[in-house]
This record gives sequence, C-alpha cells and structure tokens, in this order.
Amino acid sequence: MSASNETAPDHVDEERRDFIHIAAIAATAGGAGLVAYPFIDQMNAAGDTKAASSLEVDISKIPLGGEIRVLIGGKPFFLRHRTPEEIAAAVNTDASKMPDPETDEERLMPLPDGTFNPAILVTSGACTHLGCVPVGPAQGSVGDYGGWYCPCHGSHYDTSGRIRKGPAPKNLPVPDYEWVTPALVKISL
Amino acid sequence: MKLFRPLLAGLGALALGLTAHAAGGAKHAHAPEGGWKFAKVPAGKLDKDSVQRGFQVYQEVCASCHGMKLLSYRNLGEKGGPFYSSDYPNANDNPLVKAIAAEIEILDPVPDENGDPVYRPARPSDPFRSPYPNDQAAMAANGGALPPDLSVITKARGHGNEGDGASYVYSLLSGYPDTDKIKTKAGEDGLNVNYLEFDKDHTVGTLVQPTGLYYNPYFAGDTTPQWDGDPRHAPYGGFLAMAPQLPEGRVEYIDGTEATTAQMAKDVAQFLHWAGDPKQGQRKSLALPTMLYLVLLSLLLWFSYKRIWRDVEH
Amino acid sequence: MSGHESTYKPETGFTKWLDSRLPIIRLAHDSFVDFPTPKNLNYWYTFGGILSVCLAIQIITGVVLAMHYTADINQAFGSVERIMRDVPFGWLIRNIHMVGASMFFLAVYVHMFRGLYYGSYKAPREVLWLLGCVIYLLMMATAFLGYMLPWGQMSLHGANVIINLFGAIPLVGESIQSWLMGGPSVGNQTLQRFFSLHYLLPFMIAGVVILHIWALHVPGNNNPTGVEVQDVKKDTVPFHPYYTVKDGFAIVVFLIIFAVFVFYAPNVLGHADNYVEANPLVTPAHIVPEWYLLPFYAILRAITFNIGPMDAKLLGVIAMFGSIAVLFLLPWLDTSKVKSMRYRPVAKQFFMVFVVVCLLLGWCGASNPDNAIISMGEDKLVVNYTDAAGLEGTRVFEEYTPAAQFRDEQQTSGGVASIAIEKAPAFTFKILSQILTAYYFAFFLIILPFLGLRERPKGEPDSIHQSILGHDAPAAAPAE
Repeated sequence: MSASNETAPDHVDEERRDFIHIAAIAATAGGAGLVAYPFIDQMNAAGDTKAASSLEVDISKIPLGGEIRVLIGGKPFFLRHRTPEEIAAAVNTDASKMPDPETDEERLMPLPDGTFNPAILVTSGACTHLGCVPVGPAQGSVGDYGGWYCPCHGSHYDTSGRIRKGPAPKNLPVPDYEWVTPALVKISL
Repeated sequence: MKLFRPLLAGLGALALGLTAHAAGGAKHAHAPEGGWKFAKVPAGKLDKDSVQRGFQVYQEVCASCHGMKLLSYRNLGEKGGPFYSSDYPNANDNPLVKAIAAEIEILDPVPDENGDPVYRPARPSDPFRSPYPNDQAAMAANGGALPPDLSVITKARGHGNEGDGASYVYSLLSGYPDTDKIKTKAGEDGLNVNYLEFDKDHTVGTLVQPTGLYYNPYFAGDTTPQWDGDPRHAPYGGFLAMAPQLPEGRVEYIDGTEATTAQMAKDVAQFLHWAGDPKQGQRKSLALPTMLYLVLLSLLLWFSYKRIWRDVEH
Repeated sequence: MSGHESTYKPETGFTKWLDSRLPIIRLAHDSFVDFPTPKNLNYWYTFGGILSVCLAIQIITGVVLAMHYTADINQAFGSVERIMRDVPFGWLIRNIHMVGASMFFLAVYVHMFRGLYYGSYKAPREVLWLLGCVIYLLMMATAFLGYMLPWGQMSLHGANVIINLFGAIPLVGESIQSWLMGGPSVGNQTLQRFFSLHYLLPFMIAGVVILHIWALHVPGNNNPTGVEVQDVKKDTVPFHPYYTVKDGFAIVVFLIIFAVFVFYAPNVLGHADNYVEANPLVTPAHIVPEWYLLPFYAILRAITFNIGPMDAKLLGVIAMFGSIAVLFLLPWLDTSKVKSMRYRPVAKQFFMVFVVVCLLLGWCGASNPDNAIISMGEDKLVVNYTDAAGLEGTRVFEEYTPAAQFRDEQQTSGGVASIAIEKAPAFTFKILSQILTAYYFAFFLIILPFLGLRERPKGEPDSIHQSILGHDAPAAAPAE
C-alpha cells in the first residue's frame, strides 16, 4: 500500500505536466497559424486595386465592323461592333462541331429589358492558349474565320470569339458585364 | 536596485516639473465635453452619425480649400466608413456612395480619343477631388498660405495618443475668439486694424491681428510681435490664414441636428479622425482577442516553466 | 562550449546519412538543445532570445512592406498610407514594423545594460561583445535609413541633419556627404539608395547575429555571478527545455507590451510631423530623432564650445561617434578581475548612476537645449533705448508697468525704445547634457579603469553551484 501511495502522485504529476506542455505548445502553434493569416492575406488584391476592377464603356463610339480595346486592372478586353454579315456568320455556324461548343447567344448578356443586342460582342482580349493578345480588324488581320487571329501560336477565332483552329483550347471568355443603359456597358473582373 | 528607485522617482519629479514649467506656446487642445467615444479603452467605436455629419461639413465647408487626396469616395462606404451598409460589401455598388460621387465633377485621368481632357461625374473608385490643380494655385487663391491636405491631419497634429489629433481639430475650429471680441480701429496708414483686448491675470494688453490672418489660441505660433502688453505674458497661440469657418448654422444638417459651432467642429473632427485611420475599427476589434490570447499563452508557459524547473535549484 | 562533446545520436537512416554529409541537425542539437547553460540565469538573460524574435519580426514584416512600398519621393508617402488603408491587414503589418523598431531598441538596451552589469564583455567574451557592438551600429544605421522611407517631414529633415553631421568630418566629410545624398540635396536618388540599403542591412545583422551566437557558444554563457562554469553537472542545465521555456515565457510577456503599442498606441513612439509629407522648403520647428537615438543627439548638442582648431560642430560629431566607439574599447578599459557587479559594491553604484545618466541624456535629447530646468529668479524686462540726445542705454525692470512707462516717456521725448525679455539665469538642458556627457565618458575612461585597480570585491562565490546554495541559505549575505 505504502509503495503505491508514493508512486501515485508522481504518476498524476507526470500527466499534469504533459498536459500543460501540450497545451502550451498547442497554443503557440495555434497562434503562429493565426499570425500567418494576415501575412498571406496581404498578398490579395488591395482595396484600390479591387476598386479599379470595373469599367463603364460607351459603346456608341465603336465603328461598325471595328472594335475598341480597353484595359481593366491591366487585363485587355475587346468590344466589337459586328456587321450583319459577321453576326450571321456567328449565328449560322453549327456550334456543336467546334472545339469549345457555345452558341452565339450564349456569349451575349441581355439588355436591361431582357432582349439581346447581337451587334456588340464583349470578350476577353487574352488568347486562351498562353495569354497573348490576338490581332483583329484594326490590325488588318482577322484570321481564317473573320474574328481574331493570335500571331503567337496561330489560333483563329471567329466573329463570336470562339476558337476554331489552332492550339488554343477554349473560346475567348466572356467577362462579367452588364448593360447599364443600351449605350453603356459595365465590365467587371 | 534599491539605489535605482529614488533616482527613478527623482527623474519622474523632474519630468513633471518640466511640464509645469513649459508655459507659453499654443493652448493645450482638449476633447469636447464628455470626451471622444472612440478613444475609450478597450474598443471605443466611432460615432457613425457624427462621422456622417462631419463628412457633410467637410463637403460643404472645408472641401472648397482643403483636399483629401488619400481618400476615395469608395472609402465612405467601406467597412468602418460613415456610409457602410452590410447590403453592399463592395462599396462601389453602394448607391449612397455612388450618388455622393456622381454629384462631383472631376477631370478624368484618361483623356478622350483625341487627347482632350474629359470632365465627368466621379465614380466611387475616384479619389476625392482636389480643390486646386496644384499647390501654386492653392497658394495664389489663399494669400500665399497653402491649405494643408486633410487626409491624415489628425495623425499629423496629435502626439500619437488616441484622439488628440481630433481634439486639436475640434479645439482649433471652435476656439476662435467670438466675433464681437474683435474690434476695429483706424491704423496709422488709414486702413482699419483688427485687434483683441486681453485682461486676464497677467495677460493684459492689446493684440493686433495682422491683415489676412486670424488669431487662434490653439494654433502654434508666437504672438509677441503683435502684443503691446508685458512680453513675458503674451497670449497663447498664433495667427493663421484660415478665417473662422463654422459660425452657427453654417451647414444645415440632413439629420436635423442643430448646427452649433461646437457640434460642427466635433463632427468634422470625428470625420477627419476616421479619415486619418479608416482601419481603426478593425484594429480595435482585433486588439482584445490578441491581448487575451497572449495573456493566456503567457500563463500556460509560466506553468510549463514552473513544471520543468521544479526539481532544479537555481 | 568548446570542451563540450556532442551528444547527438542520429537514429533514422536519413539522419545518419545526412549527419555524415551535412551535420546540420547535430549543430542545432548541440547549440540549442543540449547546450549546457548555467542554472542561475535570471530574466535579464532572456533578452537575447527576445532580440532574435525582434529581428525575425522586423525582417518578415519588412519584406512584406517592401511588396507594397514605392521608393519615389512623389509616391512614397502615399504608398505607405495605401498600406495602412487598402492592403489587407497592411495597417497591422506596418504598425508591427514601426513599433517593432522601438521594441527592438528597447530590448537591445536592456541586453546591453545587462552585459555591462554582469561583466559579460570580459575575457573570454571580448569578441562576443565586439560583435554585439557591430550589431548595434548596424541597427542604428538600419533604423535611420528606415525612418526616411515614409518621406514625411521628419524623414527628410532628420536625414538632412544626420547627413550634414558627416560633413563635419575633416577632409573626407564633404565627399561622404555627397556620396550619401547622391546629389546636391536629399532627394529621390537618396530615397532610393536608402531603401536599398535598408533592405540589405537587416540581413547583414542576421549574419553578424550568427557570429554573435557562435562567439557565445565557444566560451558559453556568462551568468549573474560572473564565475565561469566549473562542473557541468552541478552548474548547468541543458538549454532545452530549461531555457527554451523560460525564454519563451519572457518572449510572450514582451509581446504583450509590444501588442499594447501596436493595437492601442501605434503612433505614440513616433513623431506626428512625419505624417506631414516631406517639404524641402519648410523645416519642422523641432527636429528630433526617434527616442532610441536621443541620448546620442544630446551628446552631439552638448558640445557648444571650440577647442583649439576644432569647432563645436566637429567636436560634437566626435563626441557622438566617440560615445559609441568607447563601447568597442570597453573590454580593455575595465580592469577589474571580478566580472559581476553584484560583487563590486562601488562599481555597482557608479553603474546605477550611469543608467540614470543615459535616461537623462535621452530626456535632454528631446528637449530644447536653451530651455530652463531650474530657473533662478524671475525673467526681467530690459528697455533698450536711444534718447532724444542720441545716447544709447538700457534699463532693467522687474514689473511691466514702470518699463512701459519708461518706454513711452522715451518715445514721447523723441527717442526710440523697445522692451525685450531678459531671461533669468537658469540651469538649462544644455548644462545638464554637458554634465551628463562628461559622466558618460568618465564612466568608461576613468571610473572603470581605475576602480578595477582599487576596489575590493565582496562575497564572490567560488562556483555557480555554491552561489545557488547560498542563495537559499538564510545565513548567507544578501547578494543583491
């Protein structure tokens, strides 16, 4: 009996000691983890950068058959005023055989009244292959399908910005945009 | 160590003696009655209504001379800002902020396709419009004095203690002598001279206000050259180029608050305090949890330390 | 310690493989786990660990801030405020960096005074002390460079003043000055090189810190008794876990003070004028360095007299640099055989006075040298006049009314008269800082060399072990 009486407190003591050490180590590690959060979060876009990530563009100035290029947060975007022939070419081609099937209407956003304005096409200006900026009507080269041509590795886009030939895997993405008025487009990143 | 204590005590006494001795200069700025709510420990909050009213005062009174180039309209609707609404986490979408910005016409940093300057309504992402195109224009319009940018004015005029910058703004704006105290007499060259009379304790005499300058007891400066009384007891303060700007009723508050001088000064000081440190709410809400965590960790380590060392004589 | 054999035994295949190629785990084990450390280190000895944490904090937050900072005089001020406003948690990281500089110096001063008190600079630890002095110099340079980066009024004009100091050095001064500024004034080019160097120096500090720890681990720690370790078993404990947990506890307590500043008073240690964007045309009314450099600033300004061909400016610069240079000579200036001032009753008192002198020098550095600390009598009024006959004179008055009367009389009778203040004789900050400066140098150059030869040490124990036992025994003389 006496022997067990002597060892028992030691045993309890040992356990308590372990608990305190484990708690201290866990609290230190937990704190270090929490401290890491702001140091990683600071790499995210800052308030001013985020605020500059949308742009309202007046589409009335785009010449028929031409396009304007805008930068939002440093990324290029195309706004193209398509001719009736270009619209027809985009609508009348069977999309299901394309590398990245999408109909022309799927690539447009509705006006405030729910209708579409197929004359204005808004797309990203970065080739989906490796991010080069394709050339278009203003540069005198529209590729084999009348849309854009990427000179880096030879991707051809049609008048709806869909990939038709070349190494690019996807269509030119349609950005998140909305029609503020029938003459004003707001593009957001 | 015993020797150290009386020496430290002596040092403290000397420091106290110094503050008592350092008379003259500007009058010590003070907080409005009741103190600043935001300066309360551990997590005082800004009075949002007051900051909103303060923005109105800035917009209607101060903004015609003072820019705030470090602020953008979106800041007003960001978390902690006067027009923040949880419905619009992105301040750019906040209709109130959009409306405030749209009322102001700014020069677009991007010219039109012909390279001509474009003036357009401001967007939330635009910085506050500067009243002058450059410092030279600002000085030319203000008799050679440059109205300071107010973005961080509460940090630039304090001593680093929470609220003393706001106290300075409040004291200065509400501290001008009453207009009926300022008298006018004909000067030697025939032009009128404004002056103030003092008759308090040892400060007895007349203080002449130089043309284009205004006396304020809270403004750092030297009044002796304009003082005809005992130079050892010249009035506190100095002269600044800004005339008193907040007579009673200068703005008509949207929320119906009575626009007394003290109320407007308090509101605009609170607005500027927010503007100087817009992330103060986040700082204060993180403060207490951090302190609690550190205290808890120190306790754990203390017990751990006692355990580890319990068998070692040291 | 040099005589200490490695107890590290690699157990897994990988650690065995690594140990025969790069024994880095062995190095870490011998330096920070099994390193025999005197049992009797008190809390003053935790500041070494605290300082390494400070350095790590400054480097990590500094690298992050450099991601967002723009070293351009037109954008620097705004980019710092952008960190405070727009960068996620930028306010926190910048506050930590800004307060961290002060905390770093606070800790280094405690660390240095501790070394001074316990004689940690004496043989065989001279190189350890010298490396510490190098770190301190690098810290001051880094702090000075970093203070310029926000491009506020104090940044610009403080840099201007310090760079002008170098101009006082004969022959090479002007070259150094223009070499530092890179142009006729402190401008954009200066800001850019200061930023580059501010980024570089902390890594140099880290390098010297490694040497500092190396130089510590060869002779082993000093301890409050100043008696070297004689019996590793009786006198020491392994560094881990005994001192990791003790240092850890002290570090967290230090971080509590740190956090109070970061969260409740981030700007209280700085100067408000630095929130005014730099303007070369307007100098702030009072240019003062950050608090941790104030004692040296006081020494600089204390020298207001010429000696022979050397003018006050040059002498001030010599005194200021000398006050740091003397630290490098300390191991050879102190002649006492006894390390710890615990057992040097007279030296201990001089040391306490020295600590207070340093604090008071800081107070002087923050104050206007001409301000009175103790005024002897009242300020008087002097009327300077030229009377109608063209005779010049002065008359002194206690009261204003007769002085004004006299002035008016002179003026009405066709003379010219004006009143000025005659300051009462006073004990000013200038005089105080001269006395303190004299003591500062006397402590190192006179007191420590001569006291060591004459003083009779009292009660030095034979070993650390004996001092620990005596510590508990009621009969022993109180050590402190």
